[in-house]
Amino acid sequence: MTVSQGSPVLTETEAPKRNLVLAAIRGLFLRVGVLPFFLAATLVVFALVSAQFLSIQNLTNVARQSVYLVLVSLGQMLVLITGGFDLSVGTAIALTSVVSALAMVALVAAMPDLVWLAILLGAFAGFGAALLVGCLNGLGVAQFGVSPFIMTLGLQSIGAGIALFLTGGVPVSGLPFDFGNFFGFGRVFGVPVPVLFAIVAIIVMWLIMNRTIFGAHVYAVGGNLKAANLSGVNTRKVLFFAYALCALLASLAGVLMTARVESGETNLGGTIALESIAACVIAGVSLRGGIGRVENVVLGAFFIVLLQNGMNIAQIGSYLQMVLLGSLLVLAVILDQVRYRMLVGSR
Amino acid sequence: MPPPMPPLVEMTGITKTFLSVKALSNVDFRLLPGEVHVLFGENGAGKSTLISILSGVYKQTSGSLRIDGQEVELQSVHDAAKFGIGTVFQEFSLVPTLRVYENVYLGREPRRGLFLDRRAMIAGAQNLFDELDFEIDVRRPVSALSRAEQQMVEIAKAFLAKARVLILDEPTASLTEKETRKLFGFIARARAEGVGIIYISHRIQEFAEIADQISVLRDGRMIATVSAKETSEHALVELMTGRAIDQIYPEIARRTDGEIVLSLTDIVSAGVHGVSVDVRAGEVLGVAGLVGSGKSRLWRSVLGLQPIRAGRVILKGRDVTGKATRELLRGGVFYLPPDRKTEGLQLTATARDNIALSLLGRDDVSNRIGFISPRRSRELADGIAARVDVSPSYLNRSVSKLSGGNQQKVLFGKGFAKEHDIYIFDEPTVGVDMGTRSALYRLIKEIAEAGKAVVVVSSDLTEVMHLAHRLVVFSKGRIAAELTGAAISEENVLKHFFADTRVPA
Repeated sequence: MTVSQGSPVLTETEAPKRNLVLAAIRGLFLRVGVLPFFLAATLVVFALVSAQFLSIQNLTNVARQSVYLVLVSLGQMLVLITGGFDLSVGTAIALTSVVSALAMVALVAAMPDLVWLAILLGAFAGFGAALLVGCLNGLGVAQFGVSPFIMTLGLQSIGAGIALFLTGGVPVSGLPFDFGNFFGFGRVFGVPVPVLFAIVAIIVMWLIMNRTIFGAHVYAVGGNLKAANLSGVNTRKVLFFAYALCALLASLAGVLMTARVESGETNLGGTIALESIAACVIAGVSLRGGIGRVENVVLGAFFIVLLQNGMNIAQIGSYLQMVLLGSLLVLAVILDQVRYRMLVGSR
Repeated sequence: MPPPMPPLVEMTGITKTFLSVKALSNVDFRLLPGEVHVLFGENGAGKSTLISILSGVYKQTSGSLRIDGQEVELQSVHDAAKFGIGTVFQEFSLVPTLRVYENVYLGREPRRGLFLDRRAMIAGAQNLFDELDFEIDVRRPVSALSRAEQQMVEIAKAFLAKARVLILDEPTASLTEKETRKLFGFIARARAEGVGIIYISHRIQEFAEIADQISVLRDGRMIATVSAKETSEHALVELMTGRAIDQIYPEIARRTDGEIVLSLTDIVSAGVHGVSVDVRAGEVLGVAGLVGSGKSRLWRSVLGLQPIRAGRVILKGRDVTGKATRELLRGGVFYLPPDRKTEGLQLTATARDNIALSLLGRDDVSNRIGFISPRRSRELADGIAARVDVSPSYLNRSVSKLSGGNQQKVLFGKGFAKEHDIYIFDEPTVGVDMGTRSALYRLIKEIAEAGKAVVVVSSDLTEVMHLAHRLVVFSKGRIAAELTGAAISEENVLKHFFADTRVPA
């Protein structure tokens, strides 16, 4: 736009210009939700607090730390899109950690020469344990129509109990060195191994959600269960696999976390259910089901970790961090409601 | 008679019971190739159950189903689709969050290798829509479409499956006249290609044009199957109801000089674009219009169930615009919601408790110290139940176990718990049999003749036409016409249904 100097036209265009900016903000909010605003606010606030915050080193660090939440959030997203949610992701992680650690320790003792095989089998034992949790969730929700809230809350308790029972509450130590060294701290071509796993998982999930029939059916089931059923979609199967896959993704995070802490711990993933739901909701995944995008969820999980990192740098205590995170989740849901109303109202 | 081809569909002795309620008993039905067969009957007569069985939603309790002379058992909708049965349900089976082409291909997505073939889906859907002459961009999300457009998507969906039997459940209920024309042209083409079409509709005036055979259902029984050429509207109505029309609808005395109880001026709300109307004491105001015409949403906005953007609501001389729902109810309004299951009743509570809930706040249900007296509450509730003709044996049952008719009577009973000045009935007889209907109509008559103001909002044209002293016809969020007395005729009303309702494509 040309600026005509000293003419009243300038003041006249001022108002529409501001409206344009407002309309752009509104449009952005309607299209993608609250995430861009939250992300921008976080970047600005913590960059002002500390110059260190935006350094490449710190951001790489955040990327590495966010791997675990990204993986869990991808699973959580899947279940949220079907119109449910999974409170047992933390348990899936704890169970994976304990079972894989116990298996690895036992297997290494049995065949000291085949460390890598022991590691692999141990990891698969962990996947198996988490998959069991996911399958039970899926069975309860899909076959018996138990509400996802009760089903996953129940398994949350069951799984945590089993993990504690298996270990007596004592961390499982004595894991093979190579396990932690590679899966926890290793780098391939300079990229941390956990990040590589996350990248592969993101790509696979993106393909599943956008390019496969299963993905299309997940969106359909969450958008309108009855309609999906009437269109010949096997809704039970879709629900079942959504919960199973969610547990599996959490389990992958569980194995990587175990490698990072180099022991099997029952308290891994204690707060991850809340964090993953928060990451998804902030990223615009609808709690009513049917809506949510992989790339946004990845960004949402990254945002949560970035926020935690920023709060650490700003020396905000972990207790206060819990308060903040909870508030943010509720705020995100309120804004999601507002957005929904605006979307419906604009028709 | 057509040549001795086996019928496309032959249903023999079909019976379906839900819990203990018989929805269908011993129904025979056959559909020939290239035939348009109308199913006609009241709400709750069993039409929906019959087509649900044919389309694999329910399994019959007994009886046999043959397709092309082969006995089949349908396990699911998918199963039915494999036999070439495509259904356009009244409650759309569309996923609002998905795009049109995704919906059309839902459940039978084309694949290329491991992945979805989106390009083929878009091209295929576009071709199909072009062929059907439907002007919709297949990449739009379904939630952004009008009801009529959604209907077209439904039809396209059934066609993609190469249906040989096409079931259309009230397809014209939300279409404009132009769109209805298109649909009829399309039905004619499909018939010429040998597709058998089952067509459910209440619009008798459509039958002469498109129907070959008409089967009439009443109370779960097949009453008769007649040739469309050899029957008349009157004969059909009598078959449907089992009695002449004037036996069902009571004559309601009108008071023309009643004071204005509720006055609406230029109401603007979601789906309502500037409506003014007065409701007078001692008069029944009928409100007709298509689904989505705003006829129901006007009253919902008056009651504060959806926000009013502009306009004034005057109740008995007091401005109550935008007041909370409870204040309007306290101010003398009774509202009977259109969906008794989601908005009207506490489904798990007993019939008596449902009525008693409306008694709360009455002075005489409380004892001296102000606590509710269970005995008084019970006596009063039972009195009301007797008045609305709910049998005492039902009162202790959970309301969810009662028939639709009895549920509706309980809902009406809630209106008798206190004195109101204006009664707004939104779809007062939806899904209710004829016997109950005439009982409910008598209650409406009682209320109106007691000098109350009554509003009847209904999608059942015959119903509003017969009850209303004054009838307003809604179209596109506005009142298209106000008719009184002899001017209330089906022809007149239908003309205004479509006033300026063209939906932009």
